[in-house]
Formats: sequence, C-alpha cells, structure tokens
Amino acid sequence: MGFLLTDEQREFGRSLDALLTAAGTPAVLRAWAAGDHGPGRALWGRLADAGVFALAVPEAYGGVGPLPVEAAVACVELGRHAVPGPVAETLAAVALLAGAGWPVAEEWLPRIASGTAVVSLALEGYGPYALDADAADAVFTVTGDELRLAPGPGELSASADPARRLFRPEPGGAPVAKGPAIRAAARAAGDAATFATAALALGCGEELLRATVAYVKQRTQFGVPVGSFQAVKHRLADTLLGLEFARPLVFGAAVKLAEATPETGAGTGAGGGPTGAGTGTAGGPPEAGTGAGGGPTGVGPGPAVAAAKVAAGEAGYAAARTALQAHGAIGYTEELDLAWWLRRGPPLRDAWGTPSACRARVLAG
Amino acid sequence: MDLDRTARTEALRAEARAWLRDHVPARPLPSLETEEGFAAHRRWEAELYGGGWSVVSWPREHGGRGADLFGWLAFEEEYWAAGAPGRVSQNGISLLAPTLLAHGTAGQRARVLEPMASGEVIWAQAWSEPEAGSDLAALRSRAVRTEGGWLLSGQKTWSSRAAFADRAFGIFRTDPGAAKPHQGLTYLMFGLRDPGVTVRPIGRLDGKPAFAEIFLDEVFVPDEDVIGEPGQGWRIAMSATGDERGLTLRSPGRFLAAADRLRALWRDVGDPADTALRDRVADAVIGARAYQLFTAASAARFAAGATLGPESSLNKVFWSDYDIGLHETALDLLGPDAELADTAWAEGYVFALAGPVYAGTNEIQRDIIAERLLGLPRGRR
Repeated sequence: MGFLLTDEQREFGRSLDALLTAAGTPAVLRAWAAGDHGPGRALWGRLADAGVFALAVPEAYGGVGPLPVEAAVACVELGRHAVPGPVAETLAAVALLAGAGWPVAEEWLPRIASGTAVVSLALEGYGPYALDADAADAVFTVTGDELRLAPGPGELSASADPARRLFRPEPGGAPVAKGPAIRAAARAAGDAATFATAALALGCGEELLRATVAYVKQRTQFGVPVGSFQAVKHRLADTLLGLEFARPLVFGAAVKLAEATPETGAGTGAGGGPTGAGTGTAGGPPEAGTGAGGGPTGVGPGPAVAAAKVAAGEAGYAAARTALQAHGAIGYTEELDLAWWLRRGPPLRDAWGTPSACRARVLAG
Repeated sequence: MDLDRTARTEALRAEARAWLRDHVPARPLPSLETEEGFAAHRRWEAELYGGGWSVVSWPREHGGRGADLFGWLAFEEEYWAAGAPGRVSQNGISLLAPTLLAHGTAGQRARVLEPMASGEVIWAQAWSEPEAGSDLAALRSRAVRTEGGWLLSGQKTWSSRAAFADRAFGIFRTDPGAAKPHQGLTYLMFGLRDPGVTVRPIGRLDGKPAFAEIFLDEVFVPDEDVIGEPGQGWRIAMSATGDERGLTLRSPGRFLAAADRLRALWRDVGDPADTALRDRVADAVIGARAYQLFTAASAARFAAGATLGPESSLNKVFWSDYDIGLHETALDLLGPDAELADTAWAEGYVFALAGPVYAGTNEIQRDIIAERLLGLPRGRR
C-alpha cells in the first residue's frame, strides 16, 4: 500500500467536503458565535451519520475505530470548513473515556459515536479552558488520577475567534473514574487532541490558501491580476510549501497512532490484560484506545504527534497571515466569510500544545 | 496507508548496513572540492562499486542492483547514517545516467555507464553560461556540423568539480535560426581534456576550487556522443530535471543523518535554558522527518504510476532552504568555534549555501509552484 490514502479514504474525505460545502458553514458559524447551537448540533448529527465520530470509538462501544488515518482525513475536512464545536475535544474525550473504561465509557462512547452526545474537556497541562462547554452534553476534567464530570460549563470567556467559546468548567463534580489508568488515558487524550488540532489546522490553512489564490486571480491592480506579481506568487508558493510538508507529518502521526493501538484495541474482552485500562472491573473494557505511550516499537506516538502539530499549526497560521495580506484591507474586516478562517488560524496554532511546547516534546522523544 | 517496508527493501537495507559498517573510512576524507580530496573520493567510488553499492537503482547490466525507489531510499538512509563520504560522481549519476537510460543508445549506455559507476570517469555538468543562468534557454555556446560530428565553441560556467572531472555533458545551440530559444539545442558529451578545451577553476566562497568555467574552441564531438536527436536537447534535458530526479537529487537519508548529528551536538553543547536555539534544533528534526514522509508519499505515488512533474519544485525549495537552516543552527551551537573553516559543519554550511541557487534557483522554483501548482497567471519575472 505505502504512504498513500486508499481510494476509500479519499472518497470519505470528498464526501465530507461535499456534505459541508452543501451545508454552508458560515451561517452555522454565525449562529454558533451568537450562542445558538441548533444549526451546529444539526450539522454534527449529519457528520456523525457520515461516521466521523464512530471512527474514533472502539467497536466495543458502538464505534468502528480507532482509525487515526480516517480521523485525520475527517479533521482536515472539518478544518477546511471551519466546522464549529469541540471537534478535537470530543475526539480526545473518546481516548480519555476508552482508557478510563467501564462504566463511564459505556455511558458516553456509544452516544458520541452516534452523534447524540457532544463532549468537551479540560486536561492538566493544556490550559484551563473547555471549548464550547455550553454546547456540550458533558464536560470532563482530569486532576491527577481522577476523572470528573464537571457540574456545569462554567463562565464564558470570549475567544478571538467568536465561534470558539471558551469556558472554565465549574470546579468539583463527582469522580467518575479513578486510578493510574486515568493518567495514561489523559496522556492519550492529550495526544488525540493535539493530533486532531493539527489536522484541523491543516484543513483550515488549505482553505485559506484556496480562497486567496482565487482572490488574487480575479483582483486586478495596475491593469493585471495581482496574482501575476512575483512577490504575491512567492508568498503563496511558500504557503503551499508549508502546508504540503505539514500534511505528511499529520498522516505520519496517524500511522504512529495506529501502530500504537493494540491490535485488539477495538476488540473484545482485553480488559484485565497487562495493559488493561480502566478500573479493573471485569467484563471487558477494551484497552486504551490510542495507546497511552509505547507502541510495539517502544517509542510512543507523542513526538510524531507533536511534530505534526508544530508543522500544521505553523503552516495554518502562515496561511492566515498570507490570506490577510493578499486580500488587503478587505481581509482585515468581518465583511468576508474568510474572517471565520482568518480568526481560526492563530488559536489552532496554540491550542493543545503551543509550537514551543511541541518542539520540546519532539526533542524529548 | 502505512509506512511498512517490503522484505526486499529491508534485505537490501541490512546488506548495505553490514557492508558500510566494514568499509566506511574511519576518518573523514579530505574535502572533495580539493584535488587531493577529489582523488580520495574517486577511490571511494571504486570501493563502493566493488561492493555493488555505487548505483543501487541502476539495472544490473550496468553495474546496479535494480533496486526500486524504496530500496534506493533505504540505501541512502543507511549510507548517510553510516557517515559515508559525499558522492563525487553525483552529477553524472543523478543527471546524465537517467538521461542515457531514457534517451541514450545501447552503445552509449554500454560505453558510459559502467565507467561512471566505478568512478573511472567522473562527469561534470555544463549547463550555465555567463549570459544564461536561470534563463538557460538563452545559452549561446554552439555546435557546428562537421564531418562525423560537431565542433563546439563558446563558454560554459559554474561547472561543479570540472577542475578535476574527466568529461562533461550539456546542451548546445545547433540551429541558431530556430524560431524559439529552446528550439535548435542539442544534448551532447565531451572530454574535459579534449583538444580545444580550457578549464579554469573558480574558487568558491571558502576558496576551494569547487567549480570551473569551461572555454571551448572548436572541440570535436563525434556523432556517437550526441544524446537523442539533434535539436531535441531542451526536451531531453528537461525530462531529466522533473519527475524522478526531483526525488533523487537529495535523499531524505542525508538530512535525517544531519538532523541526528545536530541533535547530538545539541545534547553535547546546547544550553538547556536557550529555548530559542532548542526550538531550531527541534525544527531541524521535524523538517527531516517531514522531508522523509513527503518523499515516501511521492515515491508511493510514483510507484503507482503517477507523474510528479512540478511537485519536484516543492521538494527542491524545501531541502535547499532546510539545509541552510540546519547548518546555521549547528554553527550557532558551536559559538566561537563556528568560525573555524575546517569543521564538517563549516564545510556543510558552505555547501548548503549553494542549494537555493543551483538546479534552478528557488525563485524560479517558486514561480513554477505558483504557476503550475497554484494556477496563478504568468507575469513578468
């Protein structure tokens, strides 16, 4: 096969792209930013029907995963369309809950897979905010080796991207799972969030570049399209370069995550084995979904995920800067739908691992 | 999607690793940009050839192993990880040989390839001229028909290692009346010590005679040393500059090894509090991995029958800018010792500086990326 997407994986991406193009995300984003989650939740339902969340959830919990390559394909498309909502957070929660095991996994994972639950979370080491907590059916927090369900979304802090709504989850809440497996599950969840954010940033950057190329072809000054000027061309070429070299790192991380997933990860009755996660309760919770550090090769996926995040976060951000510059004054306004993408580049660069934190992680690996 | 390697690739890798472990010189050879170093590197080419490792991707009949692209990539990873010497025959192997395999006659392949593989004949390229750099089609050196061949006159320049090499290849104007500049050109080969050839070494920035200019005064080239049809030189030359060559000009293995050395240097002498420098080391590690994976994807597409074409411009801009950044980081880590001329890092830095200039400047490559990959309109350069 080699390092190429299969025809099915490409078709999956194309079908999501078509679905989201037809749905028209800018109107959904405007509603979401105003606190009206209706259109956004309806869109999430359709994405769930297309399999986006089930592909992260292990079979034992009603999913078909974990399938990191397909997850990356999906996140690139969701990023391309700036889909609102806690995408990376929900995918991270899948890793967290799968690692925590029964009963919390049993309660939430089937609902995430089917799209009836949207979940957010906050993890130690990644900042205090739970994205879009007010739109979520559950907000999880981890402190040490305790997993809690937050009693409420907490207070809203305005984000520079109005369609990203930040909340500090209300403290407390009853522990829903506890033990050393929670620490490992939180690490896996952090990797899953970092990985998903990298893919979202890549998709966001690709859309910014596409829109900008289209713009500079039709915008004329001095009697010619501004896209015929070498200074403009070279900046756009560099933007493509950044994205094209981030892409293989994102999919390389997907392959690492897939390798780190035990063969039986989606399987049956692995609980109680040496790497069995969760509370140790008999009855077969599967192993930690995304391999909590240490695949068959001995090196966990962490450094590969961090490398992908650095490259995709920087490339997506650079695409936003290029898009703003090449659009000129109109790019500095809310007049264009482009603003939804322009404002997403910076937060995706820093969320779930800043460039510097991820670079440190690459060298530590 | 996977990064699995075939048993065939891994067998080649293991065999290469074992051979290199026993044969790579314990101490680095003198710089291949000097006469002494050139000779030492020629001997190394012969040793490589003796082991069957000088041209792994060539057909067996010409001294290769018939390795596919994945085998070549694995060999390169092992080669550079082993700290083996630079390849003095690189220009012949990566430019002339693919051209001969695609467009040459059986006689030319039989005559040229094996001595190239063994290092017996080392080839220089003769493309650029004083008035034809990025605008290569503006070249003026001409070949005039004579009995049984052609007479070359004119001047070529920036010819890497021509001061020490044996033969050269390039394109020459054979039809001055052609309608367009890139028509009426012919691809041919000549000897650097043939009558009428004068080679003048040019010191590069560090003073080493790494390249030369070549003056040609009615140099006779027999018909058997014309590659392809006369007048088709541009098409033939360009076919060797895109596609597979985009993948094989600089292998990821080279940069993976360099990034590993940089990381080791960082561990040895880096100040943990200097996070700015640490981040640049991390970027070198990330970039090498990105280039390896980008190449793996290109190789997989190529193996599946796709053409790569203008993608090779992405590749070239990436590695050439990357190589400079990596060496700048190493020099900054060395601090006061960065200024020393004869360290491997200093030599690598000077070598890297040429990357964005040769093989099509990065400005030309960015034009290609913008026009052919992004579809932006052509404009004035």
